[in-house]
Parts: sequence; C-alpha cells; structure tokens
Amino acid sequence: MHRYVISRVALMIPTLLGVAIIAFVLLRIVPGDIVLLKLAGDGGRIEESVLQQERAKLGLDKPIALQFVDWIWGAMRFDFGLSMWTGRPIIHEVAIRLELSLQLTIMASIIATMFAIPLGAMAALKQDTWVDYAIRLFSIGGLAMPGFWVGIITILCLLVFFHYLPPLTFTSLLKNPAENLAMLIWPALTVGYRYSAVATRMTRSTLLEVMRDDYVRTARAKGLAERLVVVRHAMRNALLPVVTVIGLEFAFLLGGLLVTEQVFNLNGIGKLMVDAVARRDYTMTQALILLVAGAFVVTNFLIDMLYVFLDPRISYS
Amino acid sequence: MATDPSVVGVALPPRRAERAAAPGSSWAGLILDFARRRTLGAAGGVVVVLMLLTAALASVIAPHDPYETNFLDQLKPPSPGYLLGTDSFGRDVLSRLVYGSRTALKIGFGAAFVGASIGALLGVVSAYFGGKIDLLLERLMDILISFPLLILALAVVTALGNNDTNVIIAITIPIIPRVARVIRASALTIRQMPYVEAARSIGAIDMRIVLRHMLPNVMAPYLILVTAFLGQAILSEAALSFLGLGVSEPTPAWGLMLRGASVQFVQRAPWLAIAPGVALSLAVFAFNLLGDSLRDHLDPRLRL
Repeated sequence: MHRYVISRVALMIPTLLGVAIIAFVLLRIVPGDIVLLKLAGDGGRIEESVLQQERAKLGLDKPIALQFVDWIWGAMRFDFGLSMWTGRPIIHEVAIRLELSLQLTIMASIIATMFAIPLGAMAALKQDTWVDYAIRLFSIGGLAMPGFWVGIITILCLLVFFHYLPPLTFTSLLKNPAENLAMLIWPALTVGYRYSAVATRMTRSTLLEVMRDDYVRTARAKGLAERLVVVRHAMRNALLPVVTVIGLEFAFLLGGLLVTEQVFNLNGIGKLMVDAVARRDYTMTQALILLVAGAFVVTNFLIDMLYVFLDPRISYS
Repeated sequence: MATDPSVVGVALPPRRAERAAAPGSSWAGLILDFARRRTLGAAGGVVVVLMLLTAALASVIAPHDPYETNFLDQLKPPSPGYLLGTDSFGRDVLSRLVYGSRTALKIGFGAAFVGASIGALLGVVSAYFGGKIDLLLERLMDILISFPLLILALAVVTALGNNDTNVIIAITIPIIPRVARVIRASALTIRQMPYVEAARSIGAIDMRIVLRHMLPNVMAPYLILVTAFLGQAILSEAALSFLGLGVSEPTPAWGLMLRGASVQFVQRAPWLAIAPGVALSLAVFAFNLLGDSLRDHLDPRLRL
C-alpha cells in the first residue's frame, strides 16, 4: 500500500510536467505580444526602446529555455511570480478569485449530491416505470441543455416573473451571508443541475447493477426490510463510482466555470483565465493551467485513496 | 457484440463470423429490433433524422436568406412574416436556426468521429501492447485530460484562426483521451480472448491483430461513444462560439446566436435567447437519448 501511494504520487510529476511544457510552448506559439498589448492597447505607436525596456522588465528578453527553467523552478516551490499584466503576485490575484470559485463549486456539489442520490436511487428501484422515465428525462435534459443557456433563461425568468435581478457585486460569505447567497445561488443551481444529471445517471446505473448481486438476494432472503436492503447493502456498494463522478466534476468545475461566470458576470477563476489568455499574460495563464491540472490530478489521487477506506476489499499493491 | 467468440472467428474476418452466428440479421432487422425495444432511443433517433433532413434541405425549408440583413426589421417579435422574430441585424431567426443545424452537425460529427476514432485506435494499441507503450500513452492521456479544455481551444483557434476545421480540432482534442480510456478497458478483456491468442499463434503480425481482430470487436463501445460525444461536441461548439472562440459571424450557428445581442436584449427580445437554446437542447437531447439506448442495447455494462 505504501509503495502504491508513493508510486502514484511519483506519477503525478510527469503528468504535471507534461502539462507545464505544453502550456509553456502553446502560449508562445499563439500570436500576440503582451508588451504591445499592455503599452499600446488597441493602437498607437510605441518607441522600440520602450518596448525593449518593458520586455527586459518582464524577463521576456532571456532565452526561451532559460525562461522555462526559471518558471518551473519557481513553480516547484509554489512561487509563481508576478502577473505580467498587473505586476502583482499571482498567488494574491488567484486567492481573491478562488474564494468565489471555491464557494460556487462547493454549493453546486452540495446541490448536485442532494438531488442525485435520491433521484438516482428512485429511478433504479422503480426501473421502467414512469418514475424512472421522468427522472431519466430530467437528467438527460440536464446534460443536453447548455449551462450558459440555462443561466440566461434563469436570469430572464427572474426578471420577467419576479422583477428581480441578483446582486451584481460579490460580497464575502462571512461579511454578508444573505447578499452573498442571493448572488451565488442562481449560478450554483444552474451548474448544479448539470452536475446532478451526471451523478443521477451514475447512481441509477450502478445501483441497478448492484441490485442484481448475490448479497442483495441474501439480504432479502434473510427477511430484511427492503429499505434496509437498499440503504445498508446496495447503496453502500453502489456509491463508489458516484463518489468518483462527484469528485471529478468538482475538480473540473474549479477551473471550468468560464461560461457560467460570463453569463452571471462573476469575477472568478474562469474570468481570470479568459482575461489572462486575451492579454497574453504568460505567467498568469501558466499558473492557472497548472492550478487546474493540479486540482484534477490531486482529486483523482484522493478518490483512489478514498476507495480504500470506503471499500475494505480494495487494496492497491 | 463479440461476447461469444467462436473458433470460426479466428479464421474468418470477424464481421463474417458474426453474421454466421446470427443468421437473418440485416441492418433493417437490427434497426427494427432496436426501435421496438428502446422506445426512448428510437424517439431520439427520429429527432436526429429530422435534424439531418433539416440540414440537408435547409435551402428549401428556410423562409428567408439567413445572411440577409434588414435594418427596418430589427428585433421584431415573432409574426407571420418572421415566425421566430428577427435579431439585432434584422435577420430572420428561424432561417438562421435552420441553417445553424448544418454548422452544428458538421462540427459535431467531425469532432466526435475523428476524436472517437483516434481515441479508439490509441486505446486498443495501449491495451494490446501493454508495458512501456501503455504507460507512455496513459500518461499522455492523463496530460490531455487534466489540461483545461478552454485553453486548448483558445490556443488552437487563436494560433490557427477560427475556421470550421480549427474549431473541430479544438473540440476533438479533449474527446480523444476520454474515448481512449473507455476503449482501453474494453480492449483489455478482448486481449485475453482465445481468438487473439489463436491469431498470434498462427503468426499474425501485431498490426493485423490490432486492425482485424481487436478494433472490430470494440465496435459496440465505439459506436456508443461516437453518439454520446456527438452531443458533447455540439455543446462544446456552442460554448466556444458563445465565448467568441468558435465559428465567427455571420455564419449561422446556435451558440453564436446566443452571444451578444441575445444577452443584451434578453428582456426586450427574449425570442433571441429562447429559440437557439431550445434547438441546441433538443439536438443534444436526441443524441444523448440515442447514445444511452444504444449502450443499453449493445453493452449495458459500459461506463462513460
């Protein structure tokens, strides 16, 4: 087990290094020059010497290989440097937005789990009845409707039917919980719907599989109430893949809420990423790519480890 | 599909072996059987066929030219002249919707087909060879899966320009590792099948085994994945276009129609936001329904 954990952790390194290399190379292939964008904006001419000075300030005059080594060396010590655009520490810039993104992701996960497990279980237990069909249609609908469109329609409904517009500026949960929740509940519901659709389907299909297993028949044969058979025997075993889906979706949402943030006008990690790419802010984009990939890789690892605790039969060697 | 590997399957190409195993099953028969047993899936299939017809006959169905701007008829609500109203350039929304199905299908099919095919090939190769090749390919897939999708799309589209082919490339890349994973898992069991061992023992080279024995036997998951990712690809295209990274104006595309004006004038002209979203949802819904039922029908244990 220890050896497995160590090898799994060791395998994260090449993955993240690969991500770092691709990120670095990709950004330099994409045309566009941060120095020009920063100083000249949309138009205007700037003296070549001023441009050179700014390049030197940002470290862009150094050889590419050296730039890469510098960056990787910093990243390994969690020192991502300064944003090329704002000149402020990246850690600081990310931290401001992470509060919003993290809260939104957690809210969406709670909403999704709350809906997904009971709905998925109901669909599986009433397989091929109208309950099952209704839940399946509801969940396939969640996968089919584009998240940003559900967002637009939500705002439209609030406006037309309730003459209400959610607050436009972000207030911290600790400062003013009511204001904070009034703003974030709508995007959380929008994202949570899609998210719960994924998890509902997984719950349904694994529970269906488990309900046909021998130990469920045994539990029934010994006269256990159906509710206990489901809750104590079937559900426990069916939930493992559901945990995986919820975990992966969580990691994905942390960095993948770009479109939803756009619709609800939120200033989160997604918007930071879109802006960073548009401005060719190399250091910021690279740091964000590593953050998103890192969240994904670490979540994957944690899920595998969680398996061992949830299911004593699993042991990695 | 190939759950019953008979000895005949080794000598004959797999497809002929299959036909021999289930006499009298034709394409029409298979489709009829599917329609009878999977009503929801068949309903999805009907919508898909309707959508294909709409795309093919767009020039006949559309009441107006989708590119024609009319500045006297800006933001007109639905009326007999413009059944779904007009947008901020005075273009007919219904006609743009009809022509938009072409963009959605072209990019959806392109990305799902190319992504699933490359993914399937990599998955089979990974499972068949095992060892170092498997480890290397798996790491590569890990990198692709954990790389933020939007950055990839952004890079491809800004570096190469946003024409249809590049949008397809941008959407294809994230599909590849996801398909490769599922196919690899299926191929690992196929590798243990007696017919693969038999083929190897009569001296078939690796390439032949991969192409003639392994690939045909992952057809079921492949078909399911193509259908499932078709919906995904259409959604990705819409999201990219919505962000301004997909197809560009004035091409009629559903995601693009939801961008800009439809958000800006959401209260004044809600039809701008509603119609393309409904079309998008319906299309993806149909493909998902079809994919789901295909899975239940062909390979119920497959996890996507």
